[in-house]
Formats: sequence, C-alpha cells, structure tokens
Amino acid sequence: MPDQKKLVVSFAPFWHNGSRITDRSRQIILAGLPAALYGVYRFGIPALGVLALAVSSAVLWELAFTRVAKRPVSVGDGTAAVIGLLFGMMLPATLPWWAVITGTFLAIVVARQIYGGVGANPFNPAAVAVAILMLAWKERMDFDTALVNYAFDFPAAFPLAAVKAFGSGAVKDLSFADLFLGRQVGGIGTICGAGLFAGGVYLILKGVIRWEIPVSFLAGMAVTAGIFHATDPARFASPAFHLLTGFSLFGAFFLATEDSSSPVNFIPMLIYGAVVGSIAVLIRNIGVFAEGLVFAVLVGNLIQPLLDKIRPKALGKVG
Amino acid sequence: MRMTKSKPLWGMGRPRLEYTQLPARTDRPESIRPTGPVTLLHLRPAEAKAIPAAKIGETVKTGQKLSLCGNGDYITSPVTGAIAALTPFPGSFGRSYTAVTIAPAPQEVFDDALQAVHQTPSLAAAVDFLAAGPGLPGLHRLADTERPIKTLVVCGVDQDLLVFTQQYVLSARGHDIQNGIRILKQISGIEEVVILTRKEAVQGFGHIVGRMVGVDQRYPSALPPLVMAGLFGRVLPAGRTCEELGFCFMSAEAVASIGAAFSTGRVPVNKLLTVIYKDGFARLAEAPIGTPISDVLKHFGVGIAEGDRIVIGGPMRGTAVFSLEHPVQPDTEALLVLDAEAAVQVSEYPCINCGECVRVCPARMQINLLVRYLEAGKYEEAEEAYDLDACIECGLCSYVCVSKIPILQYITLAKHELARMRRTESLNA
Repeated sequence: MPDQKKLVVSFAPFWHNGSRITDRSRQIILAGLPAALYGVYRFGIPALGVLALAVSSAVLWELAFTRVAKRPVSVGDGTAAVIGLLFGMMLPATLPWWAVITGTFLAIVVARQIYGGVGANPFNPAAVAVAILMLAWKERMDFDTALVNYAFDFPAAFPLAAVKAFGSGAVKDLSFADLFLGRQVGGIGTICGAGLFAGGVYLILKGVIRWEIPVSFLAGMAVTAGIFHATDPARFASPAFHLLTGFSLFGAFFLATEDSSSPVNFIPMLIYGAVVGSIAVLIRNIGVFAEGLVFAVLVGNLIQPLLDKIRPKALGKVG
Repeated sequence: MRMTKSKPLWGMGRPRLEYTQLPARTDRPESIRPTGPVTLLHLRPAEAKAIPAAKIGETVKTGQKLSLCGNGDYITSPVTGAIAALTPFPGSFGRSYTAVTIAPAPQEVFDDALQAVHQTPSLAAAVDFLAAGPGLPGLHRLADTERPIKTLVVCGVDQDLLVFTQQYVLSARGHDIQNGIRILKQISGIEEVVILTRKEAVQGFGHIVGRMVGVDQRYPSALPPLVMAGLFGRVLPAGRTCEELGFCFMSAEAVASIGAAFSTGRVPVNKLLTVIYKDGFARLAEAPIGTPISDVLKHFGVGIAEGDRIVIGGPMRGTAVFSLEHPVQPDTEALLVLDAEAAVQVSEYPCINCGECVRVCPARMQINLLVRYLEAGKYEEAEEAYDLDACIECGLCSYVCVSKIPILQYITLAKHELARMRRTESLNA
C-alpha cells in the first residue's frame, strides 16, 4: 500500500454538541456582570478593586497550585475566575486586600484544589471562603461596620441586621422596588436583585444552570419566611423582604447551582434547593448570623451525595 | 454541514438529534465493482488453530461458502476467483479475524449449491447459505429451540444519524421484503411480523403485509431496547437480549436478501450502504461485500487527506478504521468521511458534575457517578451500583459531555472487560 494516507482513529460518537467548560465559565461571568457592575457603580472604585483583586488572585492561586502540585494547568477553563468573581461579589467593598487574597486562597486551594481540582470540590468554594472569613474577621465582613463611611441616598443599614436587632418594624419603610433595584446595603454584587435575576434567568435559558434549584430555593425560602412571619409579624420580616435582601437571589442563582456540589436529578434538585432556602431563613431568623446563607449552602452541599441517591430506576432494572 | 453540532442558542432542552430521512428524490444506488482483490474478514474464535495456509490458491465461485475455523461459521465469497492470501487481522476489543483475500477472475461463475434447494425453503438451508449475507441476518437465532422467536421485527429504519440505507431498502425492495417475510414465517415459528418505519411514513407501505409501526424521528428511538420499551411495551431487563423475550430484530436488507435468495437461487453478495461525504452530502452505493472502501470512495471522487477519519457506520455509533483497504462488511450500513478538523477531540478533563449526561440518557443511568468508577477501572462496582448493564450504547452522554470525556468508550471497554472476566471465571470454575 504505497500511497497509504494516515487516518486518525477514535471512538464513537464522532459528533459533539460543542459545549465546553470555558463557555460555561464565560456565561456565568457574563451573567454575574450586571450585578457586579451595579455594585461598582454603587460603591465606587474600592468595589472595583476588590472584584479585580478577587478574580486575579483566584486565577493566580490556581496557577500557582497546579504548578506546585504538577497538575495540568487549568486556569484556561475560567473556573477559577468564576470562583474569584462570585467570591468578590459577596464581599463588602472596603475589605482590605490581604483579606481578599486570603479568601481566594481558601476558595481555590483549600476548598477546591486539595480535593482534586475542577469538578471534585464537595462544597461551593466561594461559599467556603466567605464562611471562613465571616468566622475569622467578623467585623471586616460586617456590612454595617465596613460601609460606615459611605453616604447613601437610602437607609444605610444592612436590612437583615436591622431586622435581627429591631424586628420587622425597622425595615417597614423600605420599598420592595428599591430593594430589587439595588438601593440597599450589602455585598458588592449581591444588592442588585434585578441584575442577579436577569443573570440567573439568562443562565437557565442557556442551560448552564437548572431551573429546579433556584425555583425550589426561592420557594423554600418564601415558605419558611412566610411561616415565621405569620407566627410573629412584629419580629420576623415578610417573605418578599427575605427574597430581596442579603445573598438570597445571589445564592439561588449563583451559589446553590454550582455544578460539582449540587445534585443532578430532578427530585434531589428540588429537595436540595428547598433545604438550602429554608435553612438560610432559619439562620437569619433564629440563628446567630444576620445573613448566614453561605452556611445554608454548605449544609446543602453536605447532603448532596445523599440526595443524589434518590434516582430513577435505570431502563430494564426492577426491584 | 458542520460535523460538530453546536448547541442551540438557548440550550435548556435536550439535544434534538433527528434521524435523517430518505431524500424524496433518491438516485438509484451506484453500483461499484472492486478494482482489485476483495478482502473478507472471518472471525477467528479464541480456540481456533493456525490459519490453514493450504487453502491459498483454491478457487471459489461467487456465493460459495468458505469456512476456515471448523465451528460452522462461514463467510460467503462475493466474487469468483482464487484465494490469494490468508492473514491474521486484529479487530477491536480483542477480536481476531482472518483476512481472506480473493483475487477476482475475469469470468464470474455463480455457486449452485443454493440452486439445488431454493425451491423448498427450509431453515436449515437458510442458516447454511445466507447467514453471512448482507445485513447479517443472524439466522441461528431462529433455529434456537430454547428461546423460540415469536416476533420478527423488520427494521426499515436506520439506527444511526445521516444513514438512510434501510429506509431505501424498505421503499425500493418491497417485493423482496414481502418474499423474505413469507419465507421466514414459513420456515420458522414466527407468529407476528412487525415492520419498523418512520412515523410519518407508516401509511406509505401498502405493498408490504405486516404490522407497520412508526418510530419516532428523534435519536435514539430506533435502537432495539427503546423500540422494545416504547413501541412494544416490553422493557428489556438490563443485560438481557431481545431474543430472550422472543423478539428478533432483522434489517430490512437482510429480510430482502433472504427473499431474493430463495426466489433466484443465488446467494446475495452485494451490500447497500450510505456514503456520507465531508460536507454531509450522502449517496447510496451498492458494492460486493469485501470491496475495499478506497474503491467506494474513489468511485465517488471523495478525496482523503492526512488525518481524516473514516467511519464505518454513522456519527454516533460507528467505528473508525485505520486503513482505506478496510473492506465493506456484511453489516456496513454507512461510510462516513470526517474532516480532520471536524472530528471531536476527547479530553482528559475530569467530570464537573453538570448532569447533562444524566438528563440526556435514555436508559436513565447515573452517568456522572458511573464515569468515576469507570475511570478508576472499578467495573464490577460500576455494574452493581450504577447500572452499567442498562446502557444501550447510543453515545448521547459523550455527545453532550462538557468535559468531552469519552464516556461511551469507557462503558464499552468496561462491558468488554466484565465479559472477559466472566468467561475466564467460567473456564476456571
């Protein structure tokens, strides 16, 4: 066979739908940008600094760790940048640089790489980092303390902390429209409900995240908050208030939906979302933290392997 | 047409992969003659002795049986000529073949062994002469008394995308199919005949007697386990075969060949196949089994460049071959030429647990978890806990995998390894 051309051999299928991890990361970043940019508009250059440092340090930690551990370099897939951005969006705009860098170290190295890197993290890395920072530097992560030097044209108190301290009467003047449009105190990228909602719907339509988790998350949150509100309206805020403040919409669309730490089957996704949403309200209403949503996400991550045991019978399997 | 289908702009739904419909105006299949020697692949059982070199030089007639292993298996010579070479040929998954090369003689002489018995069709004669025919009818299944076949399913639909071979046979060879069904009913215990066709085409085949059943056009509805579950309401228990439930799937071409063989007394040796060019354009070709695929491609003027892929079968379930001299085989439904740039590259990325595979799997398997076991080589656990044996091998999991993990390859390998282990165990028991 003198003029034999060299053919390439591979296994079926020979087609692929073209989806790539890099694309998913790009979509998530794109979806997060409206809320993040609103935060920059609201909190100014310090917020931009925190976001930029969070993204860049996350990427550098990823690069450094994969080099040291002699793993394939994976920064190109964008997942580290996504973690950095989501982490930065939950921070107060005035968080010092060293805390940001420590946080991305916790997210990338501690919460992700030591478990094996992309796809292997049992917990949402950004939530782990924020949770540890909240425990380690309570004041730095407290929105009222951190943003004390800002002058806003709306009530300058973190709404959830106000409710926790003074009951629902303290926030009765806040309009839901204001909260939804981001006229409230909170994390850089978590205050603009409209932006988060738009980004979340975009991700659902793009097939990057599944509608089951955010919907059951928000439903679980609303039902639990509703029960509390019905029992003691003076002490506990209304469901709509809970849905529009703190990390609620951010958690529903960006934290709870993280691939590796959330379930994939239909019923488990519904249970997972509902559990995370209701635990978040439990922590807010009767827990220590004014906003403990990241802990609720971590609890959800913890039960995810158990939840995914609820699965349909495979074709041709009985009993 | 691009061979890597992009995700739709909005990607919520499951992928819409639809079977290709037989074009409304289809040219008659191009008849292709081999320009040189033909090669037949004869499966060698593991316990087979050395290749009987003495056979080299023997002359064979068109349609004559050739058996080298002495276990009843045979191949059918598609040409008249002399055996030029017998060489070992390694197949995939540990199979080994003997490649029988036959140099055609100028004068074609038909073997007359079937001629003597074709007036009185019998299962013995069918098994004896037609088992290696186009479409590999698997006639031994009808002769199995332990698992009697009650229902014959004639597949007038193709199992992979882009292919329309069987659809053409169903539309063009109704008379032969009719004869084939009549003969098969006559010689075996078949009670019911079901003919699978495209859903929209159910009404269009008044000339064939049998129960027409429409198959959904969405891939992979035409695969036998899904046909069993979806159209016959008989869910195939994982790891079992359709034959164990009394069903026998046979391609329209195989049935037509049986019909033609008994009415003419000649063993059919030509295989119909869809040839799909790099741009997705497809033509039908009819070539003697054993024709090198280079002859088929040359006939259509398809140029092959370094690094291209030649796939026997369709894009979802086909097999890539490493040589242009690979022959057309009795079960070659299609020949797909893929440009080097268009073919999918797999990656070594880990699973990110996005769950696309779980949602797309027609067998409802937990592929996200299964793949972790398969990557670690833990095949027995994979079967016990994560339903490895339920897989129907449609390839959709690999098609949607964001990490481009070769999931179907892992699954196929695992099944092969488990079968090998069980064989060894039962030999040593």
